[in-house]
Amino acid sequence: MRAQSRFRRGTVLRVTGLSAVVEVRVVMVTAVLLGITACFCVLAMGQGTMSLSPQEVLSALAGEQMQGPGGTIVREIRLPRVVTAVCAGAALGVSGAVFQSVSRNALGSPDVIGFTTGAATGAITMIVVFAGSPGQVAAAAVVGGLLTAALVYLLSVRSGVTGGYRLVLTGIGVGSVLSALNGLLLVRGDLDNAVVANLWLSGSLNARNWTHAVPVMIGVVVIVPLICAGAKRLSLSEMGDDLARQLGVGVERTRLMMTFLAVLLVGLATAATGPIAFVALAAPQLVVRLTRSQSLPVISSAAMGAALLVTADLISQALPLGLILPIGRMTGVLGGLYLIWLLTRSRQV
Amino acid sequence: MTQRVDEVSSPLRAEQLSASYEQRRIIDQLDLDIPAGKITAVIGPNACGKSTLLRTVSRLLKPDSGQVVLNGRNIAEYSTKEVARQLGLLPQSSLAPGGITVGDLVARGRFPHQRALQQWSIEDEEKVALALRDTHLQELADRPVDELSGGQRQRVWIALVLAQDTDLLLLDEPTTFLDISHQLDVLQLCRRLNRERGRTVVLVLHELNQACRFADHLVVMSEGRVVAAGAPKAIISEPLIEQVYGLSCRVLPDPVFGTPMIIPIGSLITDPITPAARETTP
Repeated sequence: MRAQSRFRRGTVLRVTGLSAVVEVRVVMVTAVLLGITACFCVLAMGQGTMSLSPQEVLSALAGEQMQGPGGTIVREIRLPRVVTAVCAGAALGVSGAVFQSVSRNALGSPDVIGFTTGAATGAITMIVVFAGSPGQVAAAAVVGGLLTAALVYLLSVRSGVTGGYRLVLTGIGVGSVLSALNGLLLVRGDLDNAVVANLWLSGSLNARNWTHAVPVMIGVVVIVPLICAGAKRLSLSEMGDDLARQLGVGVERTRLMMTFLAVLLVGLATAATGPIAFVALAAPQLVVRLTRSQSLPVISSAAMGAALLVTADLISQALPLGLILPIGRMTGVLGGLYLIWLLTRSRQV
Repeated sequence: MTQRVDEVSSPLRAEQLSASYEQRRIIDQLDLDIPAGKITAVIGPNACGKSTLLRTVSRLLKPDSGQVVLNGRNIAEYSTKEVARQLGLLPQSSLAPGGITVGDLVARGRFPHQRALQQWSIEDEEKVALALRDTHLQELADRPVDELSGGQRQRVWIALVLAQDTDLLLLDEPTTFLDISHQLDVLQLCRRLNRERGRTVVLVLHELNQACRFADHLVVMSEGRVVAAGAPKAIISEPLIEQVYGLSCRVLPDPVFGTPMIIPIGSLITDPITPAARETTP
């Protein structure tokens, strides 16, 4: 049975004692974003040294036999690339939504509060010091992200309670130390390894195969539903610890769990693509402006993150004169502009 | 609701309760009985442990020793949502998420009654409607909370705790930061909730005359202990105020309400700014 609440946003669905609240606007926005993502994925898979039409891409994806190497190129080279882009974008979008809620601050995104830098430190250490394989580099990125998060958490926690600004400011501090450390590692390392590390630091979707795509894909499929399950508790926690706790929310436990899951997502995304700025910072904010929803935008941020990253990839590939811009640099430029805009119009920062 | 109140004489009791905040002992072996169906006001000087007491009896702060008994059972035995269905606490300050509407914010008070597949029952809708009606906010349900005045905002927070639908309502300094007419507005609201809806209300107040006028039961705290408890007329005396606040005063019957009226004369705490100031203090 459908009903409209006089107080809550959204449509209430009730069947024999069970009820759910669906925000139509959120569903619409998410659907549109997913549609855009799908279209751009098909377009992106047509680009490259061998140009393919969308029809050719679709028939290649459907497994039809094609003349020439087109089918293999799409399935083996271009598909893992866009899957990596979609999953990394989704992971970043969701982690941004979680961190912004935990820190109650639009700046509380993993690339601002040092977690992405920490993941990079892990990866660079593995490349420069141990000359590790891509798999080891990815694992090191995840571990680096988790260690950084633990450090920031321990430094900002005060008698079992983490504050919003404390978390953001501590994260920025830790991030700049790690960023300096990253620079140091590049200078100190063997030249060949330093070049590899520098390339990795640019953040790129080039030459991504299934070994890059699968871990972040599994991460998104497993972790995003868990985050959805805790979303309500996390958004209640934004009202202040005491009020949320007296409503029956285990505030610190929720926050710790959600932070852990979101750091895993950042680590996995960074492991797959290298550090990518802007997406985690902007995706949740853009979604909130589009949906005007008050609940934690998990799925919609995932869709927005995926759409942003695929769009950025499409643009950077389509740039003329053979200027191949690594996607991390591209989003970095966009993110910097967005951050300046956010800071100039914010009354709170 | 009223039936349960009759069964258990004291819905909330603290026994030999001690609690600390950041390694500092704030309340010390305190005994407290909140009478059912009454308005209780907790008064006492700054930093005497009033807020800590409220936070400890509502299980936001773990006691060092002693126990809190909620409706006849040790509060530690309840699940967090069970506590939230029996006891509502409004903290001193809370944050409204940016852009949230009054209706949406008050609806959040229904969380302890909801489950994953029971997100918005008909009862949820009714209780929120009632909470908004009781706080005279029906007309403002669609307005963003950011746009409201301080007095209206305080009523929104009270409505959130009302929507929680608990027999026990604990409000930590609900009148602080409000002007005098909004202070009375909040206190009259508490009285209506008590008299008409049968709620047991506990308030932390600073204004002694308001506490005497609106409370059926007063709890006077000093340095982490309860120094007096009972009806305002029975316990308020010049020596008590002098002992607790270090304040010389006169206590007269209020000419309008007949409740004790405290007229402060001067602080007995000498202010060590200049030696001259010390000499002129009586």
